[in-house]
Amino acid sequence: MHSKALDEANRQLAICNACRYCEGFCASFQAMTRYRSFDAENIIHMANLCHNCQACFHSCQYTCPHEFDLNLPKVLADVRVESWEDHVPGSVVARIIQSNAWMLVLLTCLAAILFGVVGNIPWVSSETFYALISHERLVLVFTPLFLGPLVVLGLGLYRYWGTVGGVRLRWSHWSTAFRAAGTMKNLDGGVGQGCNYENDDRYSKLRKWAHHATMYGFLLCFASTSVATIMHYGFGLEAPYSLFSLPKLLGVTGGVLLTLGTTKLLYLKMRSDPKLGVSDRRSGEYGFVLILWLVSTSGLFLYWLGGTAFAGAMLNIHLASIAAFFVTLPYTKMAHGFFRLAALMREAQLTKA
Amino acid sequence: MTIEIPKIEPQKELISIGTGSIAYDVIVVGGGNAALCAAIRAAEIGAKVLLLERARRSYRGGNSRHTRNFRCMHYSPKGVLTDQYFEEEFFEDLLKVTHGNTDESLARLTIRASEECYDWMQTQGVYFQDSLSGTLSLSRTNAFFLGGGKALVNAYYNRLEDLGVDVHYQATVLDVVVEERRFDGVLVDIRGEQSYIRGRSIVLASGGFEADKEWLARAWGDAAKNFLIRGTPYNTGEVLRNLLDQGADQVGDPTQCHAVAIDGRAPEFDGGIVTRVDCVPFSVVLNKHGQRFYDEGEDVWPKRYAIWGRLVAAQPDQVGYAIIDQKSHDLFMPTVFTATKAETLDELAIKLGLPVDASIQTIEAFNAACQAGDFHPTELDGLSTQGLQPAKTNWARPLDTPPFYGYELRPGVTFTYLGFKVDGDARVSFSNERASNVWAAGEIMAGSILGEGYLAGFGMTIGTVFGRIAGKEAAEYALESAR
Repeated sequence: MHSKALDEANRQLAICNACRYCEGFCASFQAMTRYRSFDAENIIHMANLCHNCQACFHSCQYTCPHEFDLNLPKVLADVRVESWEDHVPGSVVARIIQSNAWMLVLLTCLAAILFGVVGNIPWVSSETFYALISHERLVLVFTPLFLGPLVVLGLGLYRYWGTVGGVRLRWSHWSTAFRAAGTMKNLDGGVGQGCNYENDDRYSKLRKWAHHATMYGFLLCFASTSVATIMHYGFGLEAPYSLFSLPKLLGVTGGVLLTLGTTKLLYLKMRSDPKLGVSDRRSGEYGFVLILWLVSTSGLFLYWLGGTAFAGAMLNIHLASIAAFFVTLPYTKMAHGFFRLAALMREAQLTKA
Repeated sequence: MTIEIPKIEPQKELISIGTGSIAYDVIVVGGGNAALCAAIRAAEIGAKVLLLERARRSYRGGNSRHTRNFRCMHYSPKGVLTDQYFEEEFFEDLLKVTHGNTDESLARLTIRASEECYDWMQTQGVYFQDSLSGTLSLSRTNAFFLGGGKALVNAYYNRLEDLGVDVHYQATVLDVVVEERRFDGVLVDIRGEQSYIRGRSIVLASGGFEADKEWLARAWGDAAKNFLIRGTPYNTGEVLRNLLDQGADQVGDPTQCHAVAIDGRAPEFDGGIVTRVDCVPFSVVLNKHGQRFYDEGEDVWPKRYAIWGRLVAAQPDQVGYAIIDQKSHDLFMPTVFTATKAETLDELAIKLGLPVDASIQTIEAFNAACQAGDFHPTELDGLSTQGLQPAKTNWARPLDTPPFYGYELRPGVTFTYLGFKVDGDARVSFSNERASNVWAAGEIMAGSILGEGYLAGFGMTIGTVFGRIAGKEAAEYALESAR
């Protein structure tokens, strides 16, 4: 494996490894100290451990205008995104979507039109959810939309696992990785002071909390849908559910969290320094957060406007954004969650070996 | 990119002693650790403070940017510091490196105050981390800053902002006006605009003169042009010179600087920590004529790296070449530049630009003098050469396993010793009489305590302790005199 980003990361890491002042910040640096020299395998591994907290940049004695010109958050972001694109089948698609946020918007519009025209969901209607689209039809449409991309992503992860030299997973690798991801350990700055990101060289915990809201919000929404599916098929309990039912409690809480989290993430991203982020893929990052925001916000509106004339339109937008989100899942920043978990598992293997 | 430091012609006519409004209670000259501690302390007490940093914002912080820890006394485990480190042991460590060239009362004052510095620094937004990998030997004595010295500097500048201190970058102090041991104001160039700013008191914390090679050359001759400066190019000592010329009392050997052997390919300035080359104890070091000149294995590297700057500086063209073979390749910290590598010693000598015959002869003689025995890289193993001059008294193993690796070594200057003589209040004196309102902190006065040698992390301790003292004293004086 060879690329400009990998070469540049190699140059920078050799300097970092002779300094090591940033060792306490995160797992990427702790991994670095295990190596004397760097290659694609360990650089890609470190890149996927990196959360772009940018603390190492602000602490660095060797940033521009110093001739060493270190910018590890950026070069690791470049390697990281490149590693998702390279490992997932259909790299070209990934590259296009990651560098063009409007592709996601276009896809959503397209899906909305399809739902409207082919799926026959009227734009103006006050009918309830399942009166507009039958449950069977929903399942028929979304099962392949969901499973297909997951298979593609799984293939990508399988290849990635080979690249970073992963071995057979044990329970402890899973639990260590999930704990680190669940607490965003590598975004706490090392001693809990938070990260630099939106506020220059001051530490802040906002990004971590916004990410928590987003991630747990998303998981709650996912749980809501899963519970509803089980209730539907397992117990013959069909929607609509009351507010105090499990699917609604999970879904509404998750939706609110997801909307708040993504809104905050978008705001923080706008305040962050593009020079410390990924090259040429910033648009894709915005696009990804935006589509997540649209999924949850349209869901909440759908619930709120149920029974009004806007229900049809809201349902259309909601389903379309979910469809666009799922179809592009292996090719958007959504990939980061899965590759991050893989990297954390690999790191658990390497530290416990 | 090299930093251009323009010579600025002072517009002396702007100076108006005793007239015009007094804009600040305390003016702090400098922007590194000591200056920042002084400014924070003064502002906390309620003084109106101005800090003048010569560097641009991205290079702010002087040599503190390159530091990583401070040495701290403690009687029980404290934060990241393990075990205990008493005043007596601390002071003995200082005596060892300075050969007694210290002021005991100032030294003890510094050591005693270091403990409370730890807590104070934390309240200012500094975070500590466990000893870095490869520095376990320091985990008891030195507290490492999370992210290193630049992170500490950032925290302090943020604190200044919160306290409402005025900070000017690219502010070069051209003249510190002192009359009858009383400070009146500073003539300063701020981004090309000169002005005279009056203050009630001043703290001088603008470092040493190690970046002024002409000044170094006065002591070292032409050899100084081959020196590399490990820290900031802004430490050219103008403020120090300015006050010494006005009769401020001085301390420390005016000709000496602290230098270590670093990678010869390091940048001329600001190479910092990464340019170190830690392979010397496992190597054979030749000069440009292919001759050995000192016992490479005299002691463990943390105790010897500091003398190698001088050793190399004394060699022709101020250059040395450390040569190792494959056996030793992974025994020391990774280097920033990759070693020159060759399959044979002849080839390596050619690549390094060494005379082949002489070099090979030296190495063969060295190899022949090596004895069988157990090699222990982390302790004095007594594996010594026999009948060789100079001997290598530890870790002497023949260079016989290709590939061979070579590093060019040059003297890297860390800091200078010449500075102001101060008392326990950090007050500067003129002809042995205390100035009314002039204080000093950091490298600019460290020579009082660190007369020679160096103790890891002690510069930051002196800077923090005396920065805090100077800031407090200067602020209290200013607030008192304003009444």
